[in-house]
Amino acid sequence: MGLKALDYETMNENVKKVQYAVRGELYLRASELQKEGKKIIFTNVGNPQALGQKPLTFPRQVVALCQAPFLLDDPNVGLIFPADAIARAKHYLSLTSGGLGAYSDSRGIPGVRKEVAEFIERRDGYPSDPELIFLTDGASKGVMQILNCIIRGQGDGVLVPVPQYPLYSATISLFGGSLVPYYLEETANWGLDVNNLRESVAQARFKGITVRAMVIINPGNPTGQCLSEANLREILNFCYQENLVLLGDEVYQQNIYQDERPFISSRKVLMDMGPPISKDVQLVSFHTVSKGYWGECGQRGGYFEMTNIPPKTVDEIYKIASISLSPNVPAQIFMGLMVNPLKPGDVSYDQFVRESKGILESLRRRARIMTDGFNSCKNVVCNFTEGAMYSFPQLRLPPKAIEAAKQAGKVPDVFYCLKLLEATGISTVPGSGFGQKEGVFHLRTTILPAEEDMPEIMSSFKKFNDEFMAQYEDNWNRSRM
Amino acid sequence: MRRFVIGSARNLIESSRQKYQFERSILSSPYRFLSSSPAADSPSSSSSSSSTMAHPVSLNTINPKVIECEYAVRGEIVTLAQKLQEEIQTKPDAHPFEEILYCNIGNPQSLGQQPITFFREVLALCDHPAILDKSETQGLFSADSIERAWQILDQIPGRATGAYSHSQGIKGLRDTIAAGIEARDGFPADPNDIFLTDGASPAVHMMMQLLIRSEKDGILCPIPQYPLYSASIALHGGTLVPYYLDEATGWGLEVSELKKQLETSRSKGITVRALVVINPGNPTGQVLAEENQKAIVEFCKQEGLVLLADEVYQENVYVPEKKFHSFKKVSRSMGYGEKDIALVSFQSVSKGYYGECGKRGGYMEVTGFGADVREQIYKVASVNLCSNISGQILASLVMSPPKVGDESYESYSAERDGILSSLARRAKTLEDAFSKLEGVTCNKAEGAMYLFPRIDLPEKAIKAAEAAKKAPDAYYCQRLLAATGIVFVPGSGFGQVSSWHLAF
Repeated sequence: MGLKALDYETMNENVKKVQYAVRGELYLRASELQKEGKKIIFTNVGNPQALGQKPLTFPRQVVALCQAPFLLDDPNVGLIFPADAIARAKHYLSLTSGGLGAYSDSRGIPGVRKEVAEFIERRDGYPSDPELIFLTDGASKGVMQILNCIIRGQGDGVLVPVPQYPLYSATISLFGGSLVPYYLEETANWGLDVNNLRESVAQARFKGITVRAMVIINPGNPTGQCLSEANLREILNFCYQENLVLLGDEVYQQNIYQDERPFISSRKVLMDMGPPISKDVQLVSFHTVSKGYWGECGQRGGYFEMTNIPPKTVDEIYKIASISLSPNVPAQIFMGLMVNPLKPGDVSYDQFVRESKGILESLRRRARIMTDGFNSCKNVVCNFTEGAMYSFPQLRLPPKAIEAAKQAGKVPDVFYCLKLLEATGISTVPGSGFGQKEGVFHLRTTILPAEEDMPEIMSSFKKFNDEFMAQYEDNWNRSRM
Repeated sequence: MRRFVIGSARNLIESSRQKYQFERSILSSPYRFLSSSPAADSPSSSSSSSSTMAHPVSLNTINPKVIECEYAVRGEIVTLAQKLQEEIQTKPDAHPFEEILYCNIGNPQSLGQQPITFFREVLALCDHPAILDKSETQGLFSADSIERAWQILDQIPGRATGAYSHSQGIKGLRDTIAAGIEARDGFPADPNDIFLTDGASPAVHMMMQLLIRSEKDGILCPIPQYPLYSASIALHGGTLVPYYLDEATGWGLEVSELKKQLETSRSKGITVRALVVINPGNPTGQVLAEENQKAIVEFCKQEGLVLLADEVYQENVYVPEKKFHSFKKVSRSMGYGEKDIALVSFQSVSKGYYGECGKRGGYMEVTGFGADVREQIYKVASVNLCSNISGQILASLVMSPPKVGDESYESYSAERDGILSSLARRAKTLEDAFSKLEGVTCNKAEGAMYLFPRIDLPEKAIKAAEAAKKAPDAYYCQRLLAATGIVFVPGSGFGQVSSWHLAF
């Protein structure tokens, strides 16, 4: 009797529409197999520390000291904590309003937001206002807050890249808005063509949708491409002409694996373009402690920075933030440490640099190993991972395989990924979870497994792929000779 | 650093005017909104192209539900207080007081309450597990905190406290919490029913999201209520169905009142989906009697309502004649199980004697729903990946603190009892002091962290408030702030408008 209040039929329809493949069918199946004792390699989510990446030492020392401030009074604390960690802990504790256990300002600790603003200024060469920077429990929460402000109903559309990180599609569904896809061009290194954008917007408007915002993920997820300055200018011009707010998901800005296209922030390009555009185009930029070489996913630390958002609207966004009282304080300290790093001369500096470089250089090597490994398979084409944490190979699946998938009631790439999982324990996310062109299939894997495990993982994949293709493609073995 | 200072009355008028404009302009062309006063809310005066169209993110083009929702706890009075605080910092003589006393929010550690040492020891070790291998660590940390840290780390794959966990929270920690619930209630709890969240508030939002399909869906909420509920319902586009607690009977909750409100709202075409009960109450502090709770459970079962039990103050009970009983325990003791009653129980690390607000730790225990509903709850939780790990660990510690015989037990219980007895004393002291004031009556605070005195404002005061375009209790609070630096929240912020109150 008590069940009739909330059952599947009487639930909010928008919730039912939400899809989030990153922790969907493949992941659930992988977890089941893991419980049965099978060894699983989880490459479904950008979760570096789950695959052996060690946390950076210095931030952990600082936060541990903030967590237990009575340590700071102990004469022996210097035996296990270096002097600069102790000093930094005292610094952050002084910025709080009662230590880690007190709600902070709903926008985040003012002193930390100031450090974020200073970081942005150093990075871009333009001043940033701490009052327009809000810390959040992870960047995802910030994205959800902003989209909640923008989406009034089904008539509101948000331009989202295809393929995209499904936080965007899930959130748009949850808030009852419309996703307006714009396709990235795989053959042009996942490039963005402004003509595609115009076409997508025109089609949406024809259907009566008001296109309100545009999402860019730079570096891209799952695609990894780094946008050029020219591309960013085109996008900003487009937003100016079409009156769109630009949502710049820049959480992978530290993860760059080539030198031709370093990271440039959307804000820098906007400011470089000067008035009237620089004073007009609305922009919200997102960052996190979860990615980069920090990989502190479990802390749930992020921020968004608003540009050209009017003061009263900022107040409304503040009001919504205040309902959740405050973002978690330990993660705010991680954020402060990330944007305000150690300097040469600091006791822990060398160790910090060694650890950071080690991680980044290894990621660069792994990006290469994986791309090459995928490309060595005849039916797989893989763009190089220029940035972020993923590899997104295209799988050319033969008609018999597609038919078999249909028989099994599964989308072809889901079918392939499930078989890959059962055969090798490698847990990926099928490309359909990110969106792709009709009839084109991918899978997403992370480049995060330990470097020493990579060769075995790639050969395990290749073995499975060859067997799969032998099963479903006529002349597979003959054509490979 | 640009400061933003909001004229409070101007803001109220401005936002209702902007809302009117939005409603007008939605009838015009599909993708250009013509704002009749572009300068009112534009980022800079020199922009030219925006003068004929409103930006996507501006007051008259954003989601109107955002504009509608209110949260008095950190609302107008707090913004005013922050402004005054800045003024004192630059000019110490600007006001007749030296500091601002923030009594608007249950934030104990910002007012000097110390955290529980054992909990912080374990959290510090989990934050920096590298030191567990060092011999010097033994000298700095208690032996049982080291042992507990090892135990917890072993429950985390790869001991990786920086990795996203299972979207419901780390399994081993949920096992601990389930065991804690069972020890508390005497009835079993299933770790798969537990969803660890960044504080209890996100869990409340999740349930509102699931339950509310449109403004025709109503949620029964106590008046006065903690304004998270009204804000969340507004944000999700539902209807708040108020039920009035009775001040004359110590803020009692009568099932007859619930029935009456349910009938009234149904007659207006509202589908009432759930009943929110805050026990111990916020802002009222009342602790429900077990008989009362049984009647509430029976009511929900009969009417097919989900019972949303906000129990975050379960460890804050100050009167010997009352005791906290969870709604889970009460339901099970009535013989009602999974098939009989849909119950969601919320707990947090922010209150109690631990007061760890800034950690954002909490959980909801979800019972009495079908598997397909639970799948959907899991799905929504997974979009945010997981709650912060440190908060998850703390939630497990709160539900399984040191036991008799543990090395840290003595110091832990001394700290806990010290905090709780001090809270009880302060509740009594303040209640007595309020009751002695002219025009003020104050119910006893049986639990939680607040007092909710009633003030009988004279006619002239009410007229002065009207002239200032404020609710009378808001006017009183503003005058109080200006004279003393003390920040209270007006009772109207909690929905109480039949008489005037202050909450602090």
